[in-house]
Amino acid sequence: MTEKLPLSGIRVIDLSIVWAGPYATILLGDLGAEVIRIESLQHPDINTRGNPTPPAGLLGTPRAFMYPDANPYPRPWERGGSFAYSGRNKKSVTIDLERPSGKEIFLRLVEKSDVIIENGAAGTMEKLGLTYDVVKQSNPGIIMCSMPGYGTNGPYKYFKGYGANVEGVGGHTYLRGYTDMDFSGTSPVFHADPAAGATAAFSILAAITHKRNTGKGQYINLSQAENVIVAIPQAFMDYSMNGTVRERLGNRQQGSVQGCYQCTGDDNWVVLTISTDDQWKDFCLLIGMPELVSYPRFSSGIARWNNHDEIDGIISDWTKDFDHYDVFHKLQALGIPAGPVIKPQEVFEDPHIKARGFYEAHEHPMIGGPYMYPGPVFDLSETPMRIRKMHPILGADNEYVYKEIMGYGDAEYDAFVADEHIGDAYIGIDLPED
Amino acid sequence: MGALSGIKVLDLTQYIAGPYCTKVLSDYGADVIKIEKPPSGDPARRLAPFKDNQPGLENSGLFLYLNTGKKSVTLNLKTVEGRKIFFRLLKEADIVVESYAPDTMESLGLNYDSLKAMNPNVLMTSISNFGNTGPYKNYKLTDIVMYAMGLTMYGTGMADREPQKLALTLIQHQAGMIAAATTMGTYLGREMHGLSQHLEIALMLTQLGSIDRTATQAISYSYSGDFPHTRVAAENAISIMPMGIYPCADGYVTFVAANPLWWPRFVRMIEMPELSEDPRFQDEDFGFIYNLDYKDEMDALVLGWTTQLTKQEVMEKAQSAGMAGTSINSMEDVFKDPQFNYRGFFVDIDHPVAGMLRYPGTPAVLSETPAEIRRAPLLGEHNQEIYCDVLGYNIEDLPMLREQAVI
Repeated sequence: MTEKLPLSGIRVIDLSIVWAGPYATILLGDLGAEVIRIESLQHPDINTRGNPTPPAGLLGTPRAFMYPDANPYPRPWERGGSFAYSGRNKKSVTIDLERPSGKEIFLRLVEKSDVIIENGAAGTMEKLGLTYDVVKQSNPGIIMCSMPGYGTNGPYKYFKGYGANVEGVGGHTYLRGYTDMDFSGTSPVFHADPAAGATAAFSILAAITHKRNTGKGQYINLSQAENVIVAIPQAFMDYSMNGTVRERLGNRQQGSVQGCYQCTGDDNWVVLTISTDDQWKDFCLLIGMPELVSYPRFSSGIARWNNHDEIDGIISDWTKDFDHYDVFHKLQALGIPAGPVIKPQEVFEDPHIKARGFYEAHEHPMIGGPYMYPGPVFDLSETPMRIRKMHPILGADNEYVYKEIMGYGDAEYDAFVADEHIGDAYIGIDLPED
Repeated sequence: MGALSGIKVLDLTQYIAGPYCTKVLSDYGADVIKIEKPPSGDPARRLAPFKDNQPGLENSGLFLYLNTGKKSVTLNLKTVEGRKIFFRLLKEADIVVESYAPDTMESLGLNYDSLKAMNPNVLMTSISNFGNTGPYKNYKLTDIVMYAMGLTMYGTGMADREPQKLALTLIQHQAGMIAAATTMGTYLGREMHGLSQHLEIALMLTQLGSIDRTATQAISYSYSGDFPHTRVAAENAISIMPMGIYPCADGYVTFVAANPLWWPRFVRMIEMPELSEDPRFQDEDFGFIYNLDYKDEMDALVLGWTTQLTKQEVMEKAQSAGMAGTSINSMEDVFKDPQFNYRGFFVDIDHPVAGMLRYPGTPAVLSETPAEIRRAPLLGEHNQEIYCDVLGYNIEDLPMLREQAVI
């Protein structure tokens, strides 16, 4: 018998794509839930597994670095770095949901499952005819979580929204970026994806708790844009309390000295936050400028905030002669929050990250290796969290899911193979010869 | 009845990530007792913004938001009597959540083993900056440090300039939600399998494991010794389709054009059918979208189109063509936005000191057990209820406990 994990026994049907939904099922899978990705031989999941036939043009771009040795082939959909992360601890089954026979199979799996999660645009499940009203007829206790950009109701219901979209609609983009440029200098971020994934995972676990107490399933209607708003409450509460419309602060933090400063070497930076008079004093002594401690323009938090540009000059003048890790340790030794802007070239060598064993070395049949992969972001004392299994090959768990979970016999299984529900390669994709 | 009704949480957290974790538990129905250190409580009570810009322990908008629905007692865990009271509360608790510096619980005699000795089924969630082990465990952290050391900042911003952080304390909120989700996972492990255990959240690692470019940056470096997400203004260097932020008549809009197969939608959106006839744009697999020779020309077309329209108009036209184009909203825009109002996302909550205010609600609507957001507690508001009604102290005992700096 395998060791029990916290969510052992919970079965999750995973229809999620790209990053937000998959991040929710990463958390659930890490915790031990059985996460089964529904895939299709007819419709490659380009958003999650990557383009199955990357055009030659892509190979010359930095995107190619997401493949081992910058080579997507053979089978690019098994080799992309993004799915290598988001597919961990998950299973893969193939069903063509667009045909009635596929829906039938799907609903049979629903009967045997606890949770369905999907983050397609709001119309996706409607088009498939697999809304909550339909699936609950197969399993009244099912918990279904939909998490499109703006929720499954309202005027934006059908609007598309990736992370960079919903953070704009939710007010975050307005609050970040270079303060001396217009917004076109603000680079897109996809923070909204993991943030919504975490909220979805929480909501699903809350619903499972409720079901254990009452036997009732339910529908979770999550708006990724609202999930951006809940993480920047200072700005909303300020508007609510004082009518203040907050503007961008760049790297600064109101009331403190804070910024990102260049150090020696190629593109090396350090960040720091000085909030108290004591920290300011320690900093001035450290950089050998004790006269600045009592300098009236810098003598209080407000004074330092008002003269932040001048202080930035003093700080960068000092940091430019030091290594970013040196500055980090010198400041932390004084109790001043600081950190190097860690680069991909450094991340596997950082002593703390190494000591924590955060990255795990794993091999994969379609990738080789071992290569390094980020592990779970939390840990548990009795059931240590780790990558138990790398991402699944397309359809890897067909036999188990069709036969053991859904109870189909060998003849039915073979018929589904012939009917192109079951398989391990996309149909109609011509791959270049090796 | 909330989804988490009946779950008893002792909340030893302060500032942002920990309180956000327990706020979420509280909004969905858990009984959260917030244990605050006398005399001034959670330091977040001193963080801006303040109602009418007047600092005060009951006036912080951040605190009011992060502590909805909790009960507040004051308790000094550094006193013997304080710990005795804590252990009595612990007997009834399901989960203890704490966000002290590493070793603090240990030094108070409150490590997980001691808690379990008193209540064998209790769970503990510890949230700390860098984790309870490792060379940086005693180091300090702010949101910018978390983003920088979480690898994501290096790829955020422009190539020839300093990397950029995200706004405010967004990252710590994400960590708080991860803590809430994994706390509930741990709780279910106890309910289903009898697994009582200690959950550890290191804020830095929650960002280092982010799916926002961070994971692929590291994996790409491991795969090929290089990585895709360098600092460029709009990541637009990868495709000629609109990507990033463009000005429009009354502000700015964002485009994400992740899929080369969207080329026909793009043509439909900017209402230039002649592009579909253009001999340069005819490959069936749309490989031409990676030919950056056309980038400037395409951006000029996009700008010519957006600058004639308001951000709301661009969003509606883009979306009706199936393109992921959206407005960039200020706080004021968000409060007025038809979608958030339709969903009833913002909630009005009264508070005895700060008064009636509009708060962000909860983004996940659970059909059977929607969240219920109740006001944050005054400092020590529930001392009498918890100490007298629950633990059986006499009301006359409270002044003495206060004098001894226990509560």
